[in-house]
Amino acid sequence: MYNVKEFIMEKIFLLCACTSILAILLICWFLFANGIPAIFEIGAANFLLGTNWTPMQGGEIGPQFGILPMIVGSVYFMLGAIIIGVPIGIFTAIFFAHMCPKKMYTFLKPVVNLLAGIPSVVYGFFGMVMIVPIVRTLAMRFTTHLPGGATGMSILAAAIILGIMILPTVIAISEAAMRAVPKNYYEGALALGASHTRSVFFVMVPAAKSGILASVVLGVGRAIGETMAVVMVAGNHARMPIHLLRGARSLTANIVIEMGYAAGLHRNALIATAVVLFVFILIINITFTLLTRKSV
Amino acid sequence: MRTKIIDTALFVLTWLFAGVTLLALLSIIFYILINGIPHLNPSLFETQFTTENVSMFPSIVSTIIVVALTLAFAVPLGIFTGIYLVEYVKRGNRLVIFIRSTTELLAGIPSIVYGLFGMLFFVVFLGMGFSLLAGSLTLSIMILPMVIRTTEEALKAVPDGFREGAFALGAGKLRAVFKIVLPSAIPGIFAGVILAIGRIIGESAALIFTAGTVAQIPEGLSSSVRTLTVHMWVLTSEALHLNEAYATGVVLLLVVLLINTFSAFLAKKLTKG
Repeated sequence: MYNVKEFIMEKIFLLCACTSILAILLICWFLFANGIPAIFEIGAANFLLGTNWTPMQGGEIGPQFGILPMIVGSVYFMLGAIIIGVPIGIFTAIFFAHMCPKKMYTFLKPVVNLLAGIPSVVYGFFGMVMIVPIVRTLAMRFTTHLPGGATGMSILAAAIILGIMILPTVIAISEAAMRAVPKNYYEGALALGASHTRSVFFVMVPAAKSGILASVVLGVGRAIGETMAVVMVAGNHARMPIHLLRGARSLTANIVIEMGYAAGLHRNALIATAVVLFVFILIINITFTLLTRKSV
Repeated sequence: MRTKIIDTALFVLTWLFAGVTLLALLSIIFYILINGIPHLNPSLFETQFTTENVSMFPSIVSTIIVVALTLAFAVPLGIFTGIYLVEYVKRGNRLVIFIRSTTELLAGIPSIVYGLFGMLFFVVFLGMGFSLLAGSLTLSIMILPMVIRTTEEALKAVPDGFREGAFALGAGKLRAVFKIVLPSAIPGIFAGVILAIGRIIGESAALIFTAGTVAQIPEGLSSSVRTLTVHMWVLTSEALHLNEAYATGVVLLLVVLLINTFSAFLAKKLTKG
């Protein structure tokens, strides 16, 4: 009797453990079953490399579903987030791991942890009311030769907000990587006559290289997957990005903006957009796994 | 001489960038608090939402219900998975590696993809419609990796002596797990669950197409709801209610502050005890 209970419970645990596999399978099935046929119907080249996204267009040409502008937009946002967020994040992590006085650390660390908890809508709202007006004045000065109005909703604004949003990821993982470096590396450097700063930057940081790189990769994943904050500050023009101070649309934004009213092929093209996004995330995940496996 | 300049430059840069991080955070928090607190009118907390008072009260209630429901689905599932991975299978087992990589993949999927999946599967395929249930189920898949990971870590931190002691006293595996190991891992799991609550409250993209955007106190599992973050998004996208959006931001920030403090408090208690 006792053994039966043990047996049943073990199977229940096993069943629960398999739900995450089931979830992945279901997600893949529902995305791919709807998305892949759409890609074939549109034509893979037309879909991935087409520069026109005009799903509601009638007439002779008919609707066009090219998501290259959104892919380029996502890549721009990602690069912008890296340029802004990564140096700040890594230096902050170095600060926390090696430079920060202990008393200051116990106060500052929880404060910076707050960054991870702020909802993306709040980030987006902040970007909308604070960053966008600043960018608008820049855009009015420098981009008057370009068509369309300078609203300030732009690649730059999105990059700044995304740069701030990836900070907690970059900081937390880089800091952990640096703390995992054996203390005697540092002591050895000191014994050879290097100063504190020199030992930190030329011995400790290079030793944590793969962990730091992993933090960047994870940050990139967060930046590419971010939706609401980007939608609120990026302008969301579905055309090839023309200027840093003008708008662009990300893959995520494309889905959230149009899913509400899309139908038929348009709807499936949006699901196919999610498939592309999924592939991006898959690549990032594999890179991350390879990076962290090497370091262990 | 040159090394000294580089040293100083790096030193200054480190402090500078750490300062930038702090400045970014503080400017977000204070900008929203300063602009939002004056607009926290009592009319924002009236029980009925109308287009005039744009009350956030129904959204607050909805958020609490969504959190409770999501946890009810995800926490038992996550804890049982964690128990299986840590207590029942040997390390290096293929299934474990497979499950672990799927949870990692789950953790990396963007929330909008969850939203899309939730819409295709729960809302359309299972015919739930835009509802509390569909939203909570979608979110529970989303936070599952978080619960699994914290459970695993908390269980691993329990010394093997506890298990051996239980077995030596004649307890079966199940009894050892539920009476000895799990209770001592509870604070760790709890800290993770609190962070998961933070994620649920902060989520918006996964909810718009699963739970919908109707601002009402839900009447049942099948009624559409609007959580606080979605409420804030709707207010800003309508662009008529910026002041109310600020006020909603204040409420959200306070909740985040509360959650982080509580979680940090628990974590501190753990490392001390």
